[in-house]
Amino acid sequence: MMRIERTIKYEGDRVRGFGKEIMSVPGCELLQSCIQCGTCSGTCPLSIYMDFPPRQVMALVRADFKNEVLRSRTVWLCASCYACTVECPRQIRITDIMYALKQRAIQEGVYPKRFPIPVLAKEFFEMVRRHGRISEMLLVARLFLKTNWFAAMGSWRLGLGLITTGRFSVRQEHIRRPAELGAMLAAAGKGNGKAKEMP
Amino acid sequence: MKDALKYSYFPGCSLKGLGRSYEQSLLPVMRRLGVELVELDDWNCCGATAYMSVDEAQACVLAARNLAIAEKTGPRDLVTPCSACYLVLNKTKHNMADFPEINQTVQHALKSADLTYSGKVPVRHPLDVLINDVGLDVIKEKVVRPLKGLKVAPYYGCQIVRPYATFDDAWNPTTMDRLLTTLGAEVVPYPLKTKCCGGSLTGTVPEAGLRLTYILLKEAVRRGADVIATVCPLCQFNLDGYHDQIDRRWGPARIPTVYFTQLMGLAFGMTPEELGLKSNFVSMKPLPAESTTV
Repeated sequence: MMRIERTIKYEGDRVRGFGKEIMSVPGCELLQSCIQCGTCSGTCPLSIYMDFPPRQVMALVRADFKNEVLRSRTVWLCASCYACTVECPRQIRITDIMYALKQRAIQEGVYPKRFPIPVLAKEFFEMVRRHGRISEMLLVARLFLKTNWFAAMGSWRLGLGLITTGRFSVRQEHIRRPAELGAMLAAAGKGNGKAKEMP
Repeated sequence: MKDALKYSYFPGCSLKGLGRSYEQSLLPVMRRLGVELVELDDWNCCGATAYMSVDEAQACVLAARNLAIAEKTGPRDLVTPCSACYLVLNKTKHNMADFPEINQTVQHALKSADLTYSGKVPVRHPLDVLINDVGLDVIKEKVVRPLKGLKVAPYYGCQIVRPYATFDDAWNPTTMDRLLTTLGAEVVPYPLKTKCCGGSLTGTVPEAGLRLTYILLKEAVRRGADVIATVCPLCQFNLDGYHDQIDRRWGPARIPTVYFTQLMGLAFGMTPEELGLKSNFVSMKPLPAESTTV
């Protein structure tokens, strides 16, 4: 049977204070001056794939529609090219707002679980925290294990190509003083200075 | 030209991994121009876009450790060739200067390792150093094999000009165009020069990411380019590594993508092997024979 869903948002769907919280993150203050011109959506090379294009995300955040925004694919499709940020006539740092939303979605464990992008971000985070450096091949291997190992089969040509061009390496790179880095990261605490536990 | 050009050098993970031919070409080319790049002691990953997606405070600390080590090393500018590293290190520097709460968190964390960062060390891109410190006239003197007849699409990508257009224009950067012209190459008009290549989406969401890559390749072919010149290891990998999948989805758009430093090396008389050009998926055709006799 066809599943139908209400598409209009009600007052009751709002999570009061969410917009203010995001606007209090350093760099995200100017969101309140958004004029909804849509330049960001027009500039964004990925907006055609988004459930909410950037202009709508700006409106939803400001109007406290927390659940809709944090569960969306949009923030994860942002490739961080900063086109919207340099084009915005109100100098809103839209890319940084997307980052603030990604961080919140991960902190609250509401990101799309099998969507590879947040999984990649978390695996990347762990590898750097432990070793201080990224080994690209190992990172890709972990991503495939966590999301869709079947997709890895489809990339065999790419893997073979990397072997024949001498670029395939599974050695874990690391810094000399990982303990020093670990202590520093621990001293930083979590989040934007507003401590929140990771799930 | 100043007599001794010495910089701290932050390679980043990619230049030791998939993008090692960038380093392989950058270092000897710089050496020939009298530029000394001293690798930063015990540098760590800049965090790229992924770390910033998980935790902002830690992302700033991660990048700031490198800035602090650079400051401790001496009063030298920090040069970093990877676009993601360039952006993240610059962004952290700006964040620390603009937001006292971030600065406080980072300084507190740095102190645990007896480090500090006052914001003095500028973070610079090799293109900036080549154009503004070395100078095109000096580069021209080193050209022994002009890239005559080679049509190049100059591709800058996103993050070296956005959001901080420090040494070039955010909409129409020209530093690489001028450099390539100095090498004797013909620069074709390439309006997509700062469009996003898809970043890590090529691997995670190929239907979206690879389409961006395809558009860049197709346009370079349409403009009659022989080769695309890039400044970023992720752009190079995306534009070079996925031709099989792109062929299957949208049809062929085969064109080699090389680092601008590899083209400099060729013009300086180095061999494709020395410059790591053999590790590309789509190989570059040998330079037109007549250019050897010029």
